[in-house]
Amino acid sequence: MRETQKRGGRRLAMLLLLAFTVVFLGAVVWLGDAWQGTALATDFTRKNLSPCLTYPFGTDWMGRDMFARTVAGLSMSIRIGLLTACISAGIAFLMGLMAAVMGRFADGMIGILIDLVLGIPHMLLLILISFACGRGFFGVVAGVSLTHWASLARLLRGEVLQLKESQYIKIAERLGKGRLYVAFWHMAPNLLAQFVTGLVLLFPHAILHEASITFLGFGLSPEQPAVGNILSESMQYLVTGKWWLALFPGLLLVLVVLLFHYIGQAACRLIDPGSTHE
Amino acid sequence: MEKFKQNRICRGGVWVGRQVLRAAALIVLVSMLAFFLVSVSPIDPLQTNVGQAALGSMSREQIERLEAYWGMDIPPVERYLSWGFDFLSGDMGISLLYRRPVAEALAERLGNSIWLLLFAWVFSGILGLSLGILAGRKRGGFIDRLVTGLSLLIASTPSFWVAMVLLLTFAVQLKWFPIGFGVPIGMASQAVSLPDRLYHAALPAAALSITGISSIALHTREKMIEVMESEYVLFARARGESETQIILRHGLRNILLPAVTLQFASVSEIIGGSVLVEQVFSYPGLGQAAVTAGLGGDVPLLLGITVLTAAVVFSGNLAANLLYHVIDPRIRRGASG
Repeated sequence: MRETQKRGGRRLAMLLLLAFTVVFLGAVVWLGDAWQGTALATDFTRKNLSPCLTYPFGTDWMGRDMFARTVAGLSMSIRIGLLTACISAGIAFLMGLMAAVMGRFADGMIGILIDLVLGIPHMLLLILISFACGRGFFGVVAGVSLTHWASLARLLRGEVLQLKESQYIKIAERLGKGRLYVAFWHMAPNLLAQFVTGLVLLFPHAILHEASITFLGFGLSPEQPAVGNILSESMQYLVTGKWWLALFPGLLLVLVVLLFHYIGQAACRLIDPGSTHE
Repeated sequence: MEKFKQNRICRGGVWVGRQVLRAAALIVLVSMLAFFLVSVSPIDPLQTNVGQAALGSMSREQIERLEAYWGMDIPPVERYLSWGFDFLSGDMGISLLYRRPVAEALAERLGNSIWLLLFAWVFSGILGLSLGILAGRKRGGFIDRLVTGLSLLIASTPSFWVAMVLLLTFAVQLKWFPIGFGVPIGMASQAVSLPDRLYHAALPAAALSITGISSIALHTREKMIEVMESEYVLFARARGESETQIILRHGLRNILLPAVTLQFASVSEIIGGSVLVEQVFSYPGLGQAAVTAGLGGDVPLLLGITVLTAAVVFSGNLAANLLYHVIDPRIRRGASG
C-alpha cells in the first residue's frame, strides 16, 4: 500500500517539476519580450565590464547589458522554435496521413521525399532553404520547419502502415467508409500520442537549429537580439579574453534546451499508459 | 545445387544493382531540389556579383549582355539540364568567389575536411558504442545515469558552442592549440608539414567528435538493455557465464548490427556539424566553404558542395545496407534466396 502511495507521489512530483519548468520558460519568454528595449540600450560608460552583481553576464563593447540581451535573444529563439516545431509536426502528420489515404504511388513519393530531406546534411539544407527565401526571419522559419518533419513523418508513416493491416480498419473499409473518413476518424486518434511526443521532442532541435543558422549568418539580421547573433558577435572578442560574452549566453541556451528535453521526456512518461501507476 | 547457388548470386547482384540505382536516383533528385532552391532565391546573381553601384552605372545593353552571360534569360529547366550534363562530364562551373573551377576548389576543401570528418566519425562511433554498452549493462545504475545525463547534455549543446568553449579554454587561455585555420599563418603551402596539419585539426576534430557521441551512445544503451533483459542472457547467466563473457558473446554481437547502421546514418550529422565547427575555427574545409558560398551567393560552389555531400551520405547509407547483408547471416540468406 505504502509502495503505491510512494509511486503516486513520484508522478505528482514529476508533474510539479514539469509545471515549474514550463513557468520558468514562460518567464524567460515574457521577460525577454519586455526587455527588448533594455537589451538594445547602449551606454559607453559601462562597456566591456566583466560579470559583476549589477551585470551578472557582464557588458559588451557597446555597453549593452549581456543578461538582458541574452534573455531577449532566448525569448526570440524559444518563440521561433515553438512555431517551427509546430509547423514541422503538422507537415509530418499530414505526410503520414497522406501515405495512408492516397494509395501506393503517393506513399512511394512521400518515402522518396523523406529520404531526400534526410539525405542532405541538415545544416546544408538549412543554408539552401534560407538562401532560397532570401535569408532573414522568413528564411529561418521556413528552413527550420521544412527540415525537421522527415524523421517524425517516417515514424508516423510506419504506424499508419501497421494500422492499415489491423482488423478494425479493414472492417471500416468493408463497411464502405471513405478513405478520408477512416484516416481522420480511425487513424488520427491512434497517431495522436506519437504525434504529441514527437512534437515536444522537436522543440529542442528546432531551437538549436535556429541558433545555429543565425550563428552562421543566414538567420535573423544582426541587429535583432538572437542567441545566435550574440554568440557569433562574441567570436570576435574571444581572442582578446572577453570570455563572458560567449560563456554565459551559451550556458543559458544549453539550460533552456535541456529543460525542453526534460519537458519532452516528462510528457512522454505522463502520456504513456504503461507508467500510470508510477 | 550448383545452379541454385548461381541463381542466388545472380539475384544478389540484381539487389545490389537496384540499391546502387536508387542511390544514384536520389542524388539526381537532390541536385534538382538544390537547383530549384537556388533558382527561386530572390538573391539576384547580378547584384551580388557585379555590385549595386556598378550595376547602376552600366548601360542597358551591358546589363543585358551580363544577364545573358549568367544565363538569366534561359528558362530554369534548360539551365538545369545544361548544368547537370556539364556536371556529369566533370565541369562543375566556376566558383564566383574563389575565381577557379568548382571541382578544383571542392577537391582542395575536401582534402582538408576528410581527415577531420573521418577522425570524428570513427572516434565518436567507438566512444559512443563503448559508453552505450557500459550504460546499458546495468539499467538505472550509476554509470547508466552518468552516460544518459552526459548524452542528454551533449544533445542539448549546440556544436558551435562546444567548439567555442574548446577554443576559449585550450587555445585562448591555455594556449595549447592554435586559435584557428588549417595551417600556420604566413607559411607557404608546400612548407606545411603533416604534424602542423594534425596540430591545427586537433581541436575541430575533438569538438566534432564530442557532438557525435550522444545519439550513438543512447541508441546502443537501449539495445543493450534489451539484450540484457532477454531470455538468452538469463540462460547464459544460469549457465554461469561471467559478465564480460555475456557482453562479448551475446551483447556485442547483437548490438553491432544496429550500431553499424546508425554509424553510417550519422555521416550526414557529422557533415552537418562540420559546417558549424569549421566556421568557428576558420578551418578551410568543405563546411566553411558552404557557409562562404551561401553568404556570398556563390551558386555553382553551393550546388557542387550539396551534390558532393549528398553523394557521400547516400554512399554511406548504401554501404550500411550492403554491410548488413555481409554481417548478418539471417538477412544474407533471406534476401538473396
